[in-house]
Amino acid sequence: MMNSTPAIDVRGLRVTRGGRPVLHGIDLVVERGSVTGLLGPSGCGKTTLLRSVVGVQRVESGEVRVLGLAAGAPALRDRVGYVTQAPSVYADLTVLANLRYFAEVLGAPKGDPARVLEEVGLTEHAGDLVGRLSGGQRARVSLAAALLGTPELLVLDEPTVGLDPVLRQELWQLFHRLAAGGATLLVSSHVMDEAARCTALLLMREGRLLAHDTPQALLAATGAADIEQAFLTLVAGAAPASGTAPASGAAPGLGRAAGTEDGR
Amino acid sequence: MNPHRTLATARRVLLQLRSDPRTIAMLLLVPCLLIVLLKYAFDGRQEVFDSLGAPLLGIFPMIVMFLVTAVATLRERTTGTLERLLTMPLGKLDLLLGYALAFGLVALVQGLLAFGLTVGLLGLSVAGPSWALLAVAVADGLLGMALGLFVSAFAATEFQAVQFMPAFLLPQLLLCGLFTPRDTMAGWLRAISDVLPLSYAVDAMNRITTQSGFDGALAVDLVVVLGCTLLALALGAATLRRRTV
Repeated sequence: MMNSTPAIDVRGLRVTRGGRPVLHGIDLVVERGSVTGLLGPSGCGKTTLLRSVVGVQRVESGEVRVLGLAAGAPALRDRVGYVTQAPSVYADLTVLANLRYFAEVLGAPKGDPARVLEEVGLTEHAGDLVGRLSGGQRARVSLAAALLGTPELLVLDEPTVGLDPVLRQELWQLFHRLAAGGATLLVSSHVMDEAARCTALLLMREGRLLAHDTPQALLAATGAADIEQAFLTLVAGAAPASGTAPASGAAPGLGRAAGTEDGR
Repeated sequence: MNPHRTLATARRVLLQLRSDPRTIAMLLLVPCLLIVLLKYAFDGRQEVFDSLGAPLLGIFPMIVMFLVTAVATLRERTTGTLERLLTMPLGKLDLLLGYALAFGLVALVQGLLAFGLTVGLLGLSVAGPSWALLAVAVADGLLGMALGLFVSAFAATEFQAVQFMPAFLLPQLLLCGLFTPRDTMAGWLRAISDVLPLSYAVDAMNRITTQSGFDGALAVDLVVVLGCTLLALALGAATLRRRTV
């Protein structure tokens, strides 16, 4: 995109939930047009980070800017699409009725429901009640709703969980098509083998960012054969320093490399 | 506020209802059935039916609407669709008014049916104009709907939402003047009863039962009921949070 502000700019983000710190000061920049994977084990704070980006999470301190505005700003509400982990669509409406309603709320073009149905491959299920669909189909309805109005930033929380490999591949192809069209995608997953499909990776563990780089650079820097191995190497490397490391917790070298790249 | 989004929401809520015909049937028929029971429980004593019929014509729809809206909006919260909507350009009041329009329409149909049955078939006779009965009955349904929308903010589960009926409505029922006239209550009870909206709903129905014509006092009661409805909707909108813990 022509715009020079990054899609997402997070500084010193701390979040506490139920008296327990969940994010311990996250710093990151997501460039426009990237497909950034947010990877880490279940419970490491991925969803909290995504919720902060969307602006639905109460944060303790730090700054989250999205498309140059404060996260959750009213002007962002039709520019950011968000898919929660559990499909958030109406089970007692048909697929098309769900999409029509969300399209009306967003002020999306009339033809948008049909277009997004085509994109997620559910055109022949348009008239089905969502409650009668399989879990994977429901997840795709939820994704389709987020594509309405062609948002500039898509925040997807584990969109490929429970999908068969063919569908997963199709969805990743869709994500790259959207990015090629100018959108930015932030996609979380706890499945490390999805990492190779991203143009940038954020590795997260226990509320801290371990690394932020391209998949290739991560593999090169750690000498690992795959991202899972790279993750383990980073955890092993970060563990002794975790007490003294800066709040971002980025691995030495890697974090800096990402930093210079992001800071231009 | 945006009328287009409000109407879209109302249409969506009605579409959801349409896929659940059993709920529609219960919404519309249960108040009627209860009034039939009341009539035959006091079989042969028309004067008892005449004095109780009007207040209960207002109370039954109110309870039914309260339960249905409390659970419907709670469902919106627990399935994550509320969070999705609040990340979109939908005003909080758009959402609440959308619900109010959809369930208000249901309350209107419900009120018409119960009114037609009570006055037409069961022969309830009141001193005041019978259209006023209909107006107050529909206003009571709207009040129940708005209170249900409001309390659903404080319920985390459907169990809790259902418990709000005895916790929130039954005290109003005890103090509304149906069991003991409000004038004969102890001062502190009377004071509580004075701030509960159902008291005004029942006062209005009692006035229609005993007085001919539509006087100022009746109008005041009706305005209080409608005012409480709007207040509950506004409070309900205020409880919606775009950012949560």
